[in-house]
Amino acid sequence: MTTGSVEESQLTMLEPQPTSTRMLDWVSTLDHKRIGIMYILTAVFYLAVGGFEALLMRIQLAFPNNTFLSPEMFNQLFTMHGTTMVFLVGMPVLTGFANYFVPLMIGARDVAFPRLNSFGFWMFFFGAALLHFSFLTGSAPNAGWFSYVPLSSKAYSSLQGVDYWIIGLLIMGIGSVSGAINIFATIINLRAPGMSLQRVPLFVWMMLMQAILIILALPALNSALAMLLIDRWLGSAFFDPTRGGSAVLWQHYFWIFGHPEVYILILPGFGMISEVIPVFSRKPIYGYTFIAASSVAIVLLGYGVWAHHMFAVGLGMYADIFFAVGSLLIAIPTGIKVFNWTATLWGGEIKFNTSLHFAIAFLLQFVIGGLTGIMFAAVPIDWQLTDTYFVVAHFHYVLIGGLVFALFSAAYYWFPKMTGRMLNERIGILQFWLWVLGFNMTFMVQHFLGMMGMPRRVYTYADNPGWALLNGIATLGAVFMAVGTLVFLWNIFKSLHSGKIAGDNPWDAFTLEWATTSPPPPENFPVIPEVKSRRPVWDINHPEYADWKKEKTPEDKGRRGNLAKIAAWSFIASEAVFFLLLLVAYVVFNTKLMAPVGEASSPETLSDVTSSVLDVKRTGIFSLFLITSSLTFWVAERFLKAGKKSAFVFSLGLTILLGIIFLGGQVWEYTGLLSNGISINSDLFSATFFTVTGFHGIHVTAGVIALFVMLLMGLKGNLSSEKTHVFGAVGVYWHFVDVVWIAVFGIIYLGLLQ
Amino acid sequence: MNSVIPVLDPASPQAEAINDLFLQVLLISAVVFAIVSGLILIAISRGRRRDTQPDQNFGSERSEIFWMIGPVVIVIWLVAISAHLIITLNAIPEVAPDGKINFDDVDLIVTGHQWWWEVKYPKSGVITANEIYLPADKDKKFRVLVTSADVIHSFWVAQLGPKIDAIPGRDNFIWLQASKPGSYQGRCSEYCGAQHAWMNFKVYAVTKEEFQQWEASEKQATEQPRLLSPLAAAGKKYFFQATCPRCHTVQGTAADATIGPDLTHFARRKEIGAGVIENTPANLALWLKNPQALKPGCKMPDFKLSETNLKQLVAYLETLK
Repeated sequence: MTTGSVEESQLTMLEPQPTSTRMLDWVSTLDHKRIGIMYILTAVFYLAVGGFEALLMRIQLAFPNNTFLSPEMFNQLFTMHGTTMVFLVGMPVLTGFANYFVPLMIGARDVAFPRLNSFGFWMFFFGAALLHFSFLTGSAPNAGWFSYVPLSSKAYSSLQGVDYWIIGLLIMGIGSVSGAINIFATIINLRAPGMSLQRVPLFVWMMLMQAILIILALPALNSALAMLLIDRWLGSAFFDPTRGGSAVLWQHYFWIFGHPEVYILILPGFGMISEVIPVFSRKPIYGYTFIAASSVAIVLLGYGVWAHHMFAVGLGMYADIFFAVGSLLIAIPTGIKVFNWTATLWGGEIKFNTSLHFAIAFLLQFVIGGLTGIMFAAVPIDWQLTDTYFVVAHFHYVLIGGLVFALFSAAYYWFPKMTGRMLNERIGILQFWLWVLGFNMTFMVQHFLGMMGMPRRVYTYADNPGWALLNGIATLGAVFMAVGTLVFLWNIFKSLHSGKIAGDNPWDAFTLEWATTSPPPPENFPVIPEVKSRRPVWDINHPEYADWKKEKTPEDKGRRGNLAKIAAWSFIASEAVFFLLLLVAYVVFNTKLMAPVGEASSPETLSDVTSSVLDVKRTGIFSLFLITSSLTFWVAERFLKAGKKSAFVFSLGLTILLGIIFLGGQVWEYTGLLSNGISINSDLFSATFFTVTGFHGIHVTAGVIALFVMLLMGLKGNLSSEKTHVFGAVGVYWHFVDVVWIAVFGIIYLGLLQ
Repeated sequence: MNSVIPVLDPASPQAEAINDLFLQVLLISAVVFAIVSGLILIAISRGRRRDTQPDQNFGSERSEIFWMIGPVVIVIWLVAISAHLIITLNAIPEVAPDGKINFDDVDLIVTGHQWWWEVKYPKSGVITANEIYLPADKDKKFRVLVTSADVIHSFWVAQLGPKIDAIPGRDNFIWLQASKPGSYQGRCSEYCGAQHAWMNFKVYAVTKEEFQQWEASEKQATEQPRLLSPLAAAGKKYFFQATCPRCHTVQGTAADATIGPDLTHFARRKEIGAGVIENTPANLALWLKNPQALKPGCKMPDFKLSETNLKQLVAYLETLK
């Protein structure tokens, strides 16, 4: 997989070009390392933005009854701070590191889909810009980073801030999912010979887990965002309790995404720490399989604990106990990791440099964040402390004390590889102490503020005893962190200019990214080294102690799978979650039996219109056309493989025709309903019906377009029988759309599950 | 005087039970942290002095399993004690076979509004705002129905026990009880818009007799023809001429809107604007002059009252005892 820009970049090395051309090189690049650096730089820019927002809030909170910021401004700032740090800093900086290092660490020359990679970056870039454009309209989003309804609905947030928030997140979400599919396919497919999945570095393993989490968790957010947008723009009532909608459904959907999101952010941090600690202990990682397996456990458990963000919602005691058990169980795989990192340090020859300083601080601070997490999993404690500054302290210990410290550790570790120069150690230690001091000053005291009764997200507070002092300390700590960040930037600029030359492997590190030059050439490796263990570079440098002599790891059987199909399958996995949640919303809103304890059950708010308005027989006939199209597609695939061009073109044309007939049926149905005055904002039945079938219709349309492209390629003779896997990938999508329709037809038209 | 660290200063059996659990988990956490950080620091200080290549140890299943025992035991123990407390604190009333809740058991209905709390005693019909009176009683638990009129809020009195969200379209239940007399600070702890910071309330736990007295006097529909000073009478006239009755209720008069707090016994309340300032005539004048200056974004607009009308209104409102 070449990038097409090899010659160009060689040119830039030979003779200096005008700046504009070099800029254009970056903008148009498909090189995974350059895209990785662009992700990281954009994330650092937004880190400064989000950090500045935090500083403003800390100034406002430094004194009781302060009027530095208006309540509106403060509310916009904390909303943007949270959204920025999660979506514009945390996710992209990790995607950036993954982009840069995953191909290097698995001995690949690029990612699986360089164009998709670039597409993902630019979606992120423009989504982020759009989100921040809202500041210029005078109303940035102000409903909090999880935008609870009904506060975020049109009735209570009439300005456009929330709209920017929704659209921005949807666009960035498309970027994230395409990025994750790319990383997933890269790890599954492009590993160097000899590198079985059980031999990949733990950072790569964690990025694989993260990719799975993104692919399966983001669609939950997308489905909730779609419903909120339809509420706000088309006047439906998904989340309007006065019209029968639910204020709690949003929270479920948001946290079905939101809790895995926590692991999306922290698992790569675990991965970085698992690279840094062994190298600077001069030992292999202790318990590789346990760390890897416990991450799988975290991924699985991570999907089943979302409601621990909702213990104060009053879900009832059985739900509370269920989610408490799940949440507490996560303590076990996390404990295993901490044990293994400690055991790796134990008996090691410790190189206590800046990178390891940050890694150790990560360990201690992450343990504190984890332990307060256990407190929140014990539900009654959550009932006291949730939505106070105690929870603010908790998640900042995880995300700053954990993730940000891991990122600094990784930055000091990998900077030499990315630039060819070492970061300055003395400045690094200075930055480290500024951060450790500042971070713990800011957030340790917030535990106490929470216990003293300070709710989170208040723009000011009365002069209660002790509050001013502790808030003052917190603000001072934030200043330390800001200074620490400036010191870090200074270190980067200084080191880029005059840092020590790094050489290929300054740390005598173990993994493949150190087997090439620093920075690596466009195609990464002149020759890909032999991989016989988890530490191929160690094996080369210390042949007498080579890992494969002592520790047997599963051999690589050379199975890599088909790129196009892997991408198609991971894409439809993501889509399946999206449709599943829309269908769940349909069932929730159209099932009369469902009246959970506590929910005010007022029959008059239930839908006036029901599925009885639908013409089941007519739609049934049109459904047959769609299902038949799957069959004709299958036939077309056979003909393509057999090389029978005209039969192929005929059956593919028939497939497209059947798809179009189905769409025609949908148009007929919609016209009938609309002319009877049933539209998306009529009631909950119509809202869910139009949303589900509408999104399905959009997917069928996209499928028809894809098939049409295939047809054109077939006619032009570009679709040879060797390229059947590309056609097969489109087929995976087309069959998926049919399967979704069967579910839709069963649930909505035949009334199954109601 | 309110408690400085209310979460650690429980004043009800419910809050005490949570506090006990909290202290227990805190202790376990402290021990775990001490062990982990101790091991790490020892490993670092010994490892820094080592300058030979260490043994290349890949780990052992046996020690992994051994170290897992601790977390597993802790998790099982925490599940047991939390589940027990979750069941103990459950306040959802009996549900009849037809799925209907028995509302006769409800002692108090608290409704969150942007940005104040409506407080209703369904048994006596008393309605007030931002303050809750309770008999301080070790044996009597108030079953409170918590809901919302607009967005999601959260009802929290740290010294008296758990918080619960106030959610529109949904009835949540919680126990409220105070073991000893006193005033307890309550706050909204779910972000609910511009003035989330000023959505406070107070729970006053009083003796049984005081409570009965309070209830009896609150029940009196007030506006009995009471002798008003000329200033207050003018204020009353202005109150009804102006837009006040479009949002507020004064029982026994034509004012019966429920958008803003019920003002029937306004003068007896201790705070204005859900905790923004103390309720004194001077502060009331300040509030009426421009509520937006004290609580920017609140639903009560700046009416730009003249000095005369302001004085009259204050005089009238001060008679609503």
